[in-house]
Amino acid sequence: MFNPESIIRKGRPKGYLRETLVRSFLRGITYLIVIIALMIFGKILIDGAPAIFTSKFPFVDIEFLTAKNETLHVFDDAQGTRHQLPASKYSDYVNAHAGATLYNEQTFSYSGGGIAGPIVGTALLTIGSMILALFFGVSAAIYLAEYAKQSPFIHAVRLAILNLAGIPSIVFGLFGFSVFVLAVPIITNTPSDRSMLTIPLMVGNYVLSFQGWNSSLIAGCATLACMILPVIITASEESLRAVPQGFRDASLAMGGTRWQTIRKCVLPYSLPGILTSSLLAIARVAGETAPIMFTAAVAAKDDLPWQGLSNPFGVLSSQVQALPYHIYTLAARIPNSEYTERAQYGSVFVFLVLVASLSFGSMILRAKLRKKLKW
Amino acid sequence: MVNPVQDTAIHIDNVCFAYSGKQALHDVSLEIPSHKITAFIGPSGCGKSTLLRCINRINDRIAGARITSGTVRIHEIDIYRKDIDIQELRRRVGMVFQKYNPFAKSIYDNVVFGLKIAGMTKRSELDAAAEAALTGAALWDEVKDRLHSSALGLSGGQQQRLCIARAIANEPDILLMDEPCAALDPLATLKIEELMLELKKKFTIVIVTHNMAQASRCSDRTAFMYLGKLIEYGDTLQIFRNPSDKQTEAYISGAFG
Repeated sequence: MFNPESIIRKGRPKGYLRETLVRSFLRGITYLIVIIALMIFGKILIDGAPAIFTSKFPFVDIEFLTAKNETLHVFDDAQGTRHQLPASKYSDYVNAHAGATLYNEQTFSYSGGGIAGPIVGTALLTIGSMILALFFGVSAAIYLAEYAKQSPFIHAVRLAILNLAGIPSIVFGLFGFSVFVLAVPIITNTPSDRSMLTIPLMVGNYVLSFQGWNSSLIAGCATLACMILPVIITASEESLRAVPQGFRDASLAMGGTRWQTIRKCVLPYSLPGILTSSLLAIARVAGETAPIMFTAAVAAKDDLPWQGLSNPFGVLSSQVQALPYHIYTLAARIPNSEYTERAQYGSVFVFLVLVASLSFGSMILRAKLRKKLKW
Repeated sequence: MVNPVQDTAIHIDNVCFAYSGKQALHDVSLEIPSHKITAFIGPSGCGKSTLLRCINRINDRIAGARITSGTVRIHEIDIYRKDIDIQELRRRVGMVFQKYNPFAKSIYDNVVFGLKIAGMTKRSELDAAAEAALTGAALWDEVKDRLHSSALGLSGGQQQRLCIARAIANEPDILLMDEPCAALDPLATLKIEELMLELKKKFTIVIVTHNMAQASRCSDRTAFMYLGKLIEYGDTLQIFRNPSDKQTEAYISGAFG
């Protein structure tokens, strides 16, 4: 006989213990991840802020952001006061206290002064590689989305581009070193000894010399651009395809050529999507160390990249410092102590702020474009 | 001397058409008169849109789609000749699509788009052409005060009339309309139909429609297509009152489709 009360349970719900356990476990793991992220940001904030912020107006240590890095000298004077001075101020101090004895003197390379060089270098590398990557990436994406017919070959091309995304960045570093630093052709009248091949041009003494760009800003930008090409191509292709077919139909039906159609009715509308993809790429480019280690970055450099150059394009062939590489140098290449931490976490802090503001900038730009080009 | 009003504008002779080997049109032949409205009717997939799209070669962009035999001539010129200037052809043969598709630009930029890509740059000429086209599409009075606001702020019917204005701004000879009212409500449809009757004084109009009442209301000639074949073609009155083919009769009486 049917007993209507059979649907009323006696005691706890079925599997109560297991349900509770599973839920708590999953929740715990999620919160753990958040805690780890908070710890990372907290550590950087707490250790980095003292290097950046000061108690006096303008509350930001301008010198740390605008001065070049120097060797930090740490010593006690005769009264037992501990001093930390960058090299330039150290020599002033020594001159002013001629004959005074310094005790417990220690020096730490790159830990004094500021980090203008790495900031400028990272900015230049990011801008340069984004220009290159967007030009090549968007061109390829236009071809794949608008011109190429679906065929096994195009399928293979697309697969190859996707696979590029899986290559470790150190491999891109080695590739950039062997190709951009050592092998790409340049036009010069004084080929270097290690040139792999020289082809004389019929103009003066000029030859096409396969000797590479040396370790330089342009080599670093090219390497970084290769690394993020797949991201840009894939995302750009998707945003091109997302533009309504009706726009293309209308433009073609009104007598537009293929290129006019793409330039006026497709590209503008896919820009927000392309910018979104480059947003991710910016953060990645700014943060990579491996690809620039052999191709562009130096541990220390006395001048900013554009100083002491006769022509403005010279900046492309000068080496640069970069924030991630600087952090690596400070953390792993010099003896660590409480005195190097200031520069170290200060750099990390600035680095995070820089990446965040770059991303934020593109986000605003994207929002503005979206508003204007919504359909 | 040919009389353009009495003339045949489009000759379609024995056209077969295939999408990547799949036959969509079988040996279709008809003559479309100048300055009249010709309607293509028939159930979905019967090839009426394909036939329409053969007239301005917009099918070219679809990979594997091509005419396998037969010719399409516009005023005696075979438009599938190798030396056809496709952009100029499409300027002479305007097209309005099923789903109104104005660009996400201003109303003004939409109307002058075709003129600008054809190389017209003078502001005064563009302004005059835009006014003429919008007037021609019975839209001028509604939008003259907001020419530079987004076209997407217009109602559906207005957007479709904007697409018509955009097409006639190029001053074509022929206007192809692919189910122009399919996405519109009855009142907006009525406006477009009135507009078509006005436009046929200047243009040869070919319209594809699912709406048989619409075909009977505004067209002069009607072609009934079924399964890629032209079943019957004649004066609209005759097709609707006294169809000679059983399938036509069944379709227009609502027995299928």
